[in-house]
Amino acid sequence: MRHIISILIENEAGALSRVAGLFSARAYNIESLTVAPTEDPTLSRMTIVTDGTDRIVEQITKQLNKLIDVVKLLDLSEGPHIEREMMLIKVKAATMAQREDVKRLSDIFRGNIIDVTPTTFTIELTGSGQKIDSFIEALAEHKIIETVRSGVSGIARGEKSLQV
Amino acid sequence: MELSGAEILVRSLKDEGVEFLFGYPGGSVLHIYDALYRQDDVKHILVRHEQAATHAADGYARATGKPGVVLVTSGPGATNAVTGIATAYMDSIPMVVITGQVPSAVIGSDAFQEVDAVGITRPCVKHNFLVKDVTKLAETIKKAFYVATTGRPGPVVIDVPKDMTDPAIKIPYHYPDKVTMRSYQPTVKGHSGQIKRAVDLLLTAKKPMIYSGGGVVLGNASEELRTFVRHLGYPITQTLMGLGAYPASDPQSLGMLGMHGTYEANMAMHDCDVLIAIGARFDDRVTGKIAEFCPDAKIIHIDIDPSSISKTITVDIPIVGDVSGVLQEMNHLLVTGKKEPKKKALAEWWKTINAWRATNCMNYDRSSEHIKPQRAIEIVHEITGGDAYITSDVGQHQMWAAQYYGFEKPNRWINSGGLGTMGFGLPAAMGVQLAYPEATVACVTGEGSIQMCIQELSTCLQYGLPIKIIALNNRYLGMVRQWQEFFYENRYSSSYMESLPDFVKLAESYGHVGIRIEDPKDLEAELARGFAMKDRLVFFDIVTDQTENVYPMIRAGKAHNEMHLSPHGGELPQDPQRELS
Ligand SMILES: Cc1ncc(C[n+]2csc(CCOP(=O)(O)OP(=O)(O)O)c2C)c(N)n1
Ligand SMILES: [Mg+2]
Repeated sequence: MRHIISILIENEAGALSRVAGLFSARAYNIESLTVAPTEDPTLSRMTIVTDGTDRIVEQITKQLNKLIDVVKLLDLSEGPHIEREMMLIKVKAATMAQREDVKRLSDIFRGNIIDVTPTTFTIELTGSGQKIDSFIEALAEHKIIETVRSGVSGIARGEKSLQV
Repeated sequence: MELSGAEILVRSLKDEGVEFLFGYPGGSVLHIYDALYRQDDVKHILVRHEQAATHAADGYARATGKPGVVLVTSGPGATNAVTGIATAYMDSIPMVVITGQVPSAVIGSDAFQEVDAVGITRPCVKHNFLVKDVTKLAETIKKAFYVATTGRPGPVVIDVPKDMTDPAIKIPYHYPDKVTMRSYQPTVKGHSGQIKRAVDLLLTAKKPMIYSGGGVVLGNASEELRTFVRHLGYPITQTLMGLGAYPASDPQSLGMLGMHGTYEANMAMHDCDVLIAIGARFDDRVTGKIAEFCPDAKIIHIDIDPSSISKTITVDIPIVGDVSGVLQEMNHLLVTGKKEPKKKALAEWWKTINAWRATNCMNYDRSSEHIKPQRAIEIVHEITGGDAYITSDVGQHQMWAAQYYGFEKPNRWINSGGLGTMGFGLPAAMGVQLAYPEATVACVTGEGSIQMCIQELSTCLQYGLPIKIIALNNRYLGMVRQWQEFFYENRYSSSYMESLPDFVKLAESYGHVGIRIEDPKDLEAELARGFAMKDRLVFFDIVTDQTENVYPMIRAGKAHNEMHLSPHGGELPQDPQRELS
């Protein structure tokens, strides 16, 4: 099953490589990993999307918790949560018909066109990983020049939170 | 008090109570060596290879329970230490390894003798640090010892760039009494509800089995284990790492289990209905085929490391906590509780076990004209009264030492179980002998393994370490040869040790005593003669039967009830269900 694991980790050099190294050394799957400092500059927050049987995911959370730099961990998939990913996508939009269609699709998906040239549109889109996949599919008839995805970040719904 | 980084480092070790520092100098640690020179509190032991420094510190830690400490230079010093760090990591041994690093300003420039020590060691340490600020040095050292010795112990590396030890920069020194880390709070106390459930389950058992491991030795819980086992009257088997926590000579002890475990221990594992694993981690050399591991048993597992629980074997009652505390609580419940073990069922179970025992699976050919390695170990036991510290290398000799020495006390059996590092034995023995100068310390080794750290004979002379080296010389990489005999139709590919040195002369050239023993008739007297030389290192080159095998043996991936047995054992109990390969 797909799991979204959130961790608070000491904002130290090498902390990221400890997490990445753990996944490769133990042959765990990693779908995406995002990391950035939090409002407390001594802490970073990481969101890891992984996939595995219950036994493997249990091992992943235990092994992550065992890393000395990991302060706290929460498997968001265990409760209601929100996941968001941001994508920047550059699409060919040279003819009038192309420009209209891309704009229409972008509107349907609540994307923002943030850069325009005579031949391209660059669109910013936020949503769940699934929504982003769907948008890419919807653009199938157009020429996608490049895509950049941020990877998933997630947060628990309601009162529940991950904090020290 | 104002000190330089180098002085702070040495002074911190002293304040931490460090007796010995095993090391080897080089460019990036010269400031530290200079600070060492100007004091006598921390004794530096100069090894002949950095791998040996780590093994010696490791041996010291295993025998004393105190962390071993190592100092090596950057680059090749650090890489040479990696094998020993990984060895300690696999067996959860507390160790602090200080590696020199090139000056901060040139890190990343491929400077002379630069390696990314933090990166290289990351997968085989409990944690590591790069010191970037000399004012944090003392605190970092304190943290390193704290992390290495608490929870599930393990090695910690501190990488120290040369400028951090600059003698020209002096700062105030203060060694913290304790440190706290918000990201590291090892669980220590077991959950009382789980403990109670476990005791209840244990008392329902008709065919119980206790399986204890290295965690009992590391957790200093041998006394509690003995009380527990004796109170219940249940059979106990111990892993390679756990030997000695429960006395081998006790009638409730079934010996070691697993790949080279006894017939009775493995059969009892296979047939038991309740299993309690204490400080053991269900290693693949122990479990054999996972799908057929203890097929009928409910399993209780006590371990300090949550990630050890349900890693390979799913357990019914997990208890995360320090073994000694958990066992104390269990013992209390057993003594004060009303329920008793099921006496009648237990008597039946012991009858079955005793029938397995009667196969005498550890017997060997006692009338051979060649020296049998098993006999050599038995004699070492007799001469030392079973009270020696025995270190070993890796191979057949290691298994024979484990099987035939008969360990009565914890911390006496010192071997590389998890990583299986040839070359471990002699340097580990140095660490033990330094810790206990009056004790008898013997290193059981093979002619292959001993050559992996043979240079340490020189260190032994320098520090007057009267280790007894028992080289079971079968002129083969015996364990490799055994697998080739069993699984590769006797194709002995690169397992014959040719062009061996004359070990007696070699020992003598290093300033020690060498004794060669070739005739079984001389074995006892010659070993006794050598062991009587209390203040000399004696190298026994024992020419043993070349083709002796380690029995019993379970092939990798086979179940506990599928053992190769020695042709010299007794009759098997009649049981048509069992297929012995
Ligand atoms: C550093 C290292 N290299 C290779 C091995 C694989 N290995 C395991 S046992 C063994 C043979 C050891 O030979 P020897 O020391 O003579 O012991 P014997 O088995 O003959 O008693 C080898 C090569 C190992 N365990 N460690
Ligand atoms: Mg050999």
